[in-house]
Amino acid sequence: MRAGSGTAAPVRRGLGRLAADHLAVLPFLAFVAVFLLWPTLTVIGGAFSADDGGLTLSNLTGIFRSPYRESFVRSIQLSAITAVVGAVLGAALAWAVVAGRPDGLLRRVVTSAAGVMAQFGGVTLAFAFLATVGFEGLVTVFLRDRGVNLFAGGAWIFELPGLVLVYSYFQIPLMVIVFLPALDGLRPQWREASESLGGTGWTYLRLVAGPLLAPAFLGSLLLLFANAFSAYATAAALISQGATIVPLQIRALQTGEVILGQQGLGKALGLGMVVVVAVVMTLYALLQRRTSRWLR
Amino acid sequence: MAAVTAVAGAGRRRRTAALRWSVLVLLGAFFLLPLLAMLDFSTKGPGGGRTLTAWREIGRDTELLRAIAASLELSVLTAVLMLVLLVPTMTWVHLRLPRVRRLIEALCLLPLVIPAIVLVVGIASLYSWVTYYLGDSPLTLTFVYVVLVLPYAYRAVESGLSAVDLKTLSEAARSLGASWTTVFLRVVLPNVRSAVLSAGLLSVALVLGEFTIASLLNFQTLQVGIALTGKRDAGLSIAVSLAALVLAFVLLLLVSLFAGRRRGARAVEPLQTVPPAAAAPAVSG
Repeated sequence: MRAGSGTAAPVRRGLGRLAADHLAVLPFLAFVAVFLLWPTLTVIGGAFSADDGGLTLSNLTGIFRSPYRESFVRSIQLSAITAVVGAVLGAALAWAVVAGRPDGLLRRVVTSAAGVMAQFGGVTLAFAFLATVGFEGLVTVFLRDRGVNLFAGGAWIFELPGLVLVYSYFQIPLMVIVFLPALDGLRPQWREASESLGGTGWTYLRLVAGPLLAPAFLGSLLLLFANAFSAYATAAALISQGATIVPLQIRALQTGEVILGQQGLGKALGLGMVVVVAVVMTLYALLQRRTSRWLR
Repeated sequence: MAAVTAVAGAGRRRRTAALRWSVLVLLGAFFLLPLLAMLDFSTKGPGGGRTLTAWREIGRDTELLRAIAASLELSVLTAVLMLVLLVPTMTWVHLRLPRVRRLIEALCLLPLVIPAIVLVVGIASLYSWVTYYLGDSPLTLTFVYVVLVLPYAYRAVESGLSAVDLKTLSEAARSLGASWTTVFLRVVLPNVRSAVLSAGLLSVALVLGEFTIASLLNFQTLQVGIALTGKRDAGLSIAVSLAALVLAFVLLLLVSLFAGRRRGARAVEPLQTVPPAAAAPAVSG
């Protein structure tokens, strides 16, 4: 209508609206900046600062020296072993469950139990473990009465073998949760097609189901690795003294008296953990993209 | 020929069924054994008898009861703050700011690569300020717990928002003269109700199971309480652990039965409304 101002006013209003639009997400961004980005930057910055505030690399080189190097090795061993054990046994369990009715009671019971073990377990699993194979545990006493000493080789339950066993109690259930959808994605028609072409069960597994499930399986393996690597509660509740794995080293640094020159060490260990998890989760995301091409 | 294949097929199916049941029985025993052991341990009396002392003690231990109450309050506060921050923001981004969608997603998923034990290292100094201003209550954990549940809640809400045609719905409402508040409360929210509900339930479950951050910031919550109890009374701590596990299981089973009935034939795993990517890293263990 008014040719002269007609162009300027909508632009100004448009800019104002654009600003107002962005204003609406400000509370969320402010919250995330304070409670997520700031702590993250604190860890990264702390990993590079000396006690006097200067820039240093000694914290980062410190995590490659004893005893921290050994802790990283043990953490990676523990995560790798429990990821493989969890993935294989969890996939078997998921397969056994998926063959039943999708809305059957068996499946509901197993998935609910898996949810509890995988996401809620933590401290309670440590106590379950102690009640079973602790010094006065059910299995320990049962075997002792029959002349078998479970601890002939030392207090293994507080060392790596014990952690592997107790971690399986949340790794296997996690595998069931993340692998079930992939198994659900296999259509019965594919099996029928393979059979009608004369394929045996083995052919089907090798040429159809195997290749289809491989990315999902590998992805789950990576997720399980990251899960075990970041886990803290079970190990912390089980092992109150000493530090076998990285999270427990961080606890020791966090709760103990800060020794001069070690303020940045906990943060450097934290940064090391973040780097490992980030690499694994990136690979996971890439595999996930490939999985979703076929199984959805 | 056909008969031979049919016989071979039946044989294979029998073998498969046998394998399936042996997997179920073996792994079932592996998982039930610790529960049985907990039941046995927590009812052990002096001189080999049975007693319920440890179980009765749960109701008498005031410190433990306080910790349980704190955890329940925390779980509600966390779910509410998370929903208030996340749902309007994500709705707005879907409708008006598609360009910042990637940024919001990246921020929400960031906690997945930061283990809780690392987050607590970074947030410890911040929390000395939080407790300085807000007091020493465990409820201040709400802030860091919202961060912790962010990836899981984000996925649940995102799947809900993507499933409906928000743009058309909101444009229809706007053209009829509705304000943005009305659009959000009366058009968007009812459409993503189940996603919001599952995001909330998920947060509750995660908060009730959280140990790492509470323990290292020295706050008494359910899990910290169980761990501390273990140092003085093994029977009591094992009784509480078993009770917590069984309660959580019953709760999840009820949610799954309820959700399954409402959504018809499709089975719904309660914790699986979140895609697997978000599964456990930050919390479990």
